[in-house]
Amino acid sequence: MVKTWVTRQFLFSMFVTCMLFGSLGNVLAQDNSPTDDEVNAISKQLYCPVCESIPLDACGTQACIQWRDTIREKLSAGWSEEEIKQYFSNQYGVRVLAEPPIKGFNKLLWYLPPFSLLIGSLLVIRLLAKTRTNLNTLDSGISNIDNADRYVDRIENELKQWE
Amino acid sequence: MGMSRINSTKTSPSYSIIRHAKDKLGQIAVWTLLATLLVFLAIKLFQSSLGPVRSGTPPDFTLTTFSGQTYTLSELKGQIVIVNFWASWCDPCKAEAADLEMIWHDYKDRDVLLLGIDYADTKDEALTYLSTWNITYPNGPDVGTRISQSYRIRGVPETYIVTQDGLLAKSFIGPTSYENIAVILEALLDK
Repeated sequence: MVKTWVTRQFLFSMFVTCMLFGSLGNVLAQDNSPTDDEVNAISKQLYCPVCESIPLDACGTQACIQWRDTIREKLSAGWSEEEIKQYFSNQYGVRVLAEPPIKGFNKLLWYLPPFSLLIGSLLVIRLLAKTRTNLNTLDSGISNIDNADRYVDRIENELKQWE
Repeated sequence: MGMSRINSTKTSPSYSIIRHAKDKLGQIAVWTLLATLLVFLAIKLFQSSLGPVRSGTPPDFTLTTFSGQTYTLSELKGQIVIVNFWASWCDPCKAEAADLEMIWHDYKDRDVLLLGIDYADTKDEALTYLSTWNITYPNGPDVGTRISQSYRIRGVPETYIVTQDGLLAKSFIGPTSYENIAVILEALLDK
């Protein structure tokens, strides 16, 4: 009886020990290395000058692989997304950023399209208004001609009566 | 009464002149804006279609090497300067790496300077590349890709040979060899 109890206790303690060390092992296996999703979240905001128009997260060249490794290293070192983007911008130029900063000449990229759209819309509205005015003038011209015809008819009738 | 005054103002000759002038000014402003935009686009398209620098005075630059030395091209007159654009991820660059090191080895004492410009690369891989190929001539990163943009390079490797007078003697687009460079160097040194 005692032997069974001791055996059970032993087995239970072994189980608890294994569970503890097992879970500790898992904890120790974890590190601070960033996930692929975290790396890709920044990568998709960068373009390497070697492969134009392909974001870093979708590019398979060696250059892009190296750049993604750099992002991973910087994230592991505790850098923020903005710090990493700034680093790449300083190192390789503003052109590597998917969204160039709104300053200096880059302002044109942000303000020109809506401004052009506004100017274009105004021009179209103006053109339509002008066309409508011209049509109205034409209509009134036509109605005047109708009136004139009516008067001509009346004069002709009266002249006939005179005859 | 008020309404008729407004109507009479609107039909007055001065009102129509002002309105006409306003319309004209608006048109001029829009056309000027469009013309400026077109000129700007034309300039940018022209610049992008120019291709790499081929003759004349090459663009000036200052290169800070991985070891911290600084070289400014315009201050190097009197010696032949070979400017080589490369990157650690570039396979064709590896094909010419040994030849470039040999050129440096054979000509460095004859007033020839070889500068390696590391394009769009990461520092660790670049240093590994230099060590793998035993490269000893000065090399530095193209910070902000400013130098490569000013030379309008299309890719790597590209090599430019600048004469003692600071003029571009020859450019090689793609990998080059010891023989190709040596012929140019000998011709320039014989002058």
